[in-house]
Amino acid sequence: MSYLQKSPWIIHYDASSCNGCDIEVLACLTPLYDVERFGILNTGNPKHADIFVITGGVNEINREVVKNIYEQMPHPKVVVAVGICACSGGVFKECYNISGGVATVIPVDVYVPGCAARPESIIDGIVQALKILEQKRIALKTTVEGTA
Amino acid sequence: MNPFLAAALFIILAPVVGVLITGLDRILTARMQGRVGPPVLQPWYDIRKLFQKKQVAVWGAQSFFIFCYLIFIIFTGALFFAGGDILLVIFAFTLGHVFLVLGAYVSYSPYAHIGAERELIQLMAVEPMIIIVAIGLYQVNDSFLVGDMINHPGLPILLLPGVFLGFIYILTFKLRKSPFDLATSHHAHQELVKGSTTEFSGFTLGMIELAHIYELVVMLGFIWLFFGNNLFLSAVAIVVIMVLEILVDNCTSRVRWQDAITSAWFVTLVAGAGNIFALSIM
Amino acid sequence: MELLIFLILFPLLIAGLLAVIQAEHVRRAVVISGAVLVGIASLVALAFSVTSQAVFYSVPVNNIGILVFIGDILISGYIIFVSLKARQYVVTGITVIQLILLCAVEYLALTNHAHIPELFSDQLSGIMSAIIGVIGGLICVYALGYMREYHAEHPDRPDTRPRFFGIMFLFLSAMFGIIFSNNLLWLFFFWEITTLCSYLLIRYPNTDEAIKNAFRALLFNLIGGACIPIAFLVILLTGESELIGLHELVSAGPGLALIPAGLIAVAGLAKSAQFPFSSWLVGAMVAPTPVSALLHSSTMVKAGVYIIARFAPVFEGELIGILIALIGGITFLAASAIAISQSNAKKVLAYSTIANLGLIVACCGVGTAEGLWAAILLIIFHAIAKSLLFLSVGTVEHQIHSRNIEDMSGLVTKMPRITMMILIGIAGMFLAPFGMLISKWASLHAFVESVPPFGILLVIIIAYGSGITAFFWAKWMGKLIAVGEPQQKDESHIPGSEKSILYILSALTIVVCFGFPVISWYLIEPWLLTMYQSVTELISLSNIEIMFMMLFLVLIMPFSLARFTRSATRVPRYLCGIPESETMVFTGSCGIKREIELSNYYLDTIFCEKRISRISVGIGIFLIVLILNIIIVGGGL
Repeated sequence: MSYLQKSPWIIHYDASSCNGCDIEVLACLTPLYDVERFGILNTGNPKHADIFVITGGVNEINREVVKNIYEQMPHPKVVVAVGICACSGGVFKECYNISGGVATVIPVDVYVPGCAARPESIIDGIVQALKILEQKRIALKTTVEGTA
Repeated sequence: MNPFLAAALFIILAPVVGVLITGLDRILTARMQGRVGPPVLQPWYDIRKLFQKKQVAVWGAQSFFIFCYLIFIIFTGALFFAGGDILLVIFAFTLGHVFLVLGAYVSYSPYAHIGAERELIQLMAVEPMIIIVAIGLYQVNDSFLVGDMINHPGLPILLLPGVFLGFIYILTFKLRKSPFDLATSHHAHQELVKGSTTEFSGFTLGMIELAHIYELVVMLGFIWLFFGNNLFLSAVAIVVIMVLEILVDNCTSRVRWQDAITSAWFVTLVAGAGNIFALSIM
Repeated sequence: MELLIFLILFPLLIAGLLAVIQAEHVRRAVVISGAVLVGIASLVALAFSVTSQAVFYSVPVNNIGILVFIGDILISGYIIFVSLKARQYVVTGITVIQLILLCAVEYLALTNHAHIPELFSDQLSGIMSAIIGVIGGLICVYALGYMREYHAEHPDRPDTRPRFFGIMFLFLSAMFGIIFSNNLLWLFFFWEITTLCSYLLIRYPNTDEAIKNAFRALLFNLIGGACIPIAFLVILLTGESELIGLHELVSAGPGLALIPAGLIAVAGLAKSAQFPFSSWLVGAMVAPTPVSALLHSSTMVKAGVYIIARFAPVFEGELIGILIALIGGITFLAASAIAISQSNAKKVLAYSTIANLGLIVACCGVGTAEGLWAAILLIIFHAIAKSLLFLSVGTVEHQIHSRNIEDMSGLVTKMPRITMMILIGIAGMFLAPFGMLISKWASLHAFVESVPPFGILLVIIIAYGSGITAFFWAKWMGKLIAVGEPQQKDESHIPGSEKSILYILSALTIVVCFGFPVISWYLIEPWLLTMYQSVTELISLSNIEIMFMMLFLVLIMPFSLARFTRSATRVPRYLCGIPESETMVFTGSCGIKREIELSNYYLDTIFCEKRISRISVGIGIFLIVLILNIIIVGGGL
């Protein structure tokens, strides 16, 4: 297990969620679930983060914001879409202002469905994301070494 | 001990000690909040992870200043544990911090900028007390050399109770703990995002974390000086003070910079300056 | 030692020449060759002072004392004339009092004729002459390019450059006079010339503000200066007339010398702009920048601390010395605090000058060998770094048309070289391992042992002051290197003479940091040995090694810069996810475009200029009155 998997730092962004999933994301930090046990920290700063946890469907106004946060994260990085709205747009999919799920703006690595997604499944999603993170790290290393 | 050996030992061992202390700090904090907390080596994992990440920066020069910061903090610690002149230790320490502040300024980011200004306010708030600590220890030991201070047969703290209190007060600034974590905080979701460290990432952030760990060991080393050659008592004091700092960190909220600087200067004047003034009269 | 005569008279000759030369290229040649010759001569004087003991020299001209007296009368007459014309009657009054006192002194001095050498030179004079000759010369050369731009920028102000350069060199001549005079009557004559020259230089822009500030400078320096003839009267009435010699007076010991020394020190306090006299120095910032640099880094104010340093051995352990040291300490603390609230670069420099002079005065006031050692190092480091800062700020001002620090944001991309030099200057002012580290270290060492508990009081003042200085310098540094959007690099308009002077001064700042042990071993320590007979080890070799290690570290660090600038991927700043365009504009709520604008903290609720200066002027007046009271009571006993 590489250090990357032992210390995943998260940035959480609420695209346009009903706040249900947001509460559940925060619930993961509470004593009951205590994700800091796994070294998971909520940083609130994309430049420090490894995992981009995003809730809610993306709307027309914040498309650029989501993109900007994603671009400011240093490689290797993964995106976890939490809740059905983030996965596909959910019940808001047909709204005039919603572009759809997160995948319409940035590449998503893990989908955590649910309305709202349960803390257990969120944690599970992040653990899944750790594996992808590790693969990306190795891939990045080999490409860098390949070019050097 | 040979000064060069002591310096080398510091450079190698300080990260180990510092990581353990920081790890225990995080566990204790978690327990105070009814959580389990991370593994004790978590700070080490964090730093290693940061070293594995790719670098992003607004301007490349940012990392340069942070590199200088790390180097000078290590230099400070090495000088301290090699038994050097305590005033030089303090000045090197200030120099290191100025590099951190400059690194934060470079990016011209609003959050980092205010973080940098606040970092400077913190620097200004603690500087008098740290110099007074050095002077107080000089009055007791009749020497500015750390090497002589650690061989003091008695307990300097008995003559320097005010200086010690003042030092504990500003230690909260130095450890970046609430209520004086104005510039940057260990916890997310502050009004300044991550304050002075907002614009740093990857390797650079790793260097900052590492420097903080070296810094912690140096600051705890200062506590040692108050107990002369009594290693047992100083170890007990360090444990007690760390627990106290963590408790304060967990049960206070951040203060405004005005309160931070005026209170620090007031405590410095009343406890620290009063103490050394009294000593010089006697 | 004809060299001393040469150093005093040669700048005078140049001054006379410059006053009549109208053609610019001729003036250029004269200024450069004059500055070079003065610089070389002053370095020769420095070299002589290393090898030899104090040298005394009687001027082989009969009745030259009368000439000096006539000179005094002429100066006073001129001041009375201009002050009456400007209706500055207080100035007139003080000058008249001074003149009357001086006539009394002259009468006494003539009746009991003392034969003392008029001139002398020792290691301290050597150091001072090198500072005045080299830095003063460099500033004069810098002024060539600067003044041309100055008049291009202010076509409304009268262009009297021939007179200007004449006064600059006259000033240098008077400064050499001060540091080489043994006869205090001579010293006073040169002292008055510097006062007069500073008045003329400050009022150069000829605006209402400049004239007002020039008279304020004149007034404060005359108030201080009036103490010197009183000191002469005390000497001549109570003691031997030989004591009118500086060297003789200092070696007479505190018993005889304390009261005159205290009075002369008050004059020194006024000249070095200590509270309560400090406001003249801040007002003097209206003058063109080379004037500020000349007055406030290497000459005028250094004359004040020089004379206090001369008498420092007399003050050791005396109450008057402690009070002088306290004035210095409070000035250091208050002026530094005020500097925090200033955004005008020249005002920051002015207040930091006052603060540093305060530190020097404090070191001299305690009067121990260690204190004096720290003071002399401070004089050297401060002269170089501060002149560098003044001149580079002057250069920047002509390029960006502003003295405001806020306007210097991101200057590093526009003028990388000049910025580098400002950074070196600032680092020299407060950061380890540059000069100030050594001086701060030394002054703390000096205070902690001296005259308990007052020494500790000074230590506490320095402890607070050093945090404050770190704040205002570091935020300025931060402003210079904080780059919003890179600007077009543009350093080509800066005159070559300005650039080369700045290079020389930056190099000097660093060289002196490396060379300070040599200066200490060959100049300061031998001098202290003659003053104090025995001197303990001032700085241990291991500490010098540590300082050098830090210096090397700082100097090799920049080589790693390239590595870091290459390795990182560039991303825009974090603005809570709002995308930022290339031009520092971001889209705020409701799609409104906003520009990012950052400015420094000035903390003026806590560090309010008015309040702090009012309080410290009050304390200053109290302490000065206390000193004068002690002198009067002491004289009565």
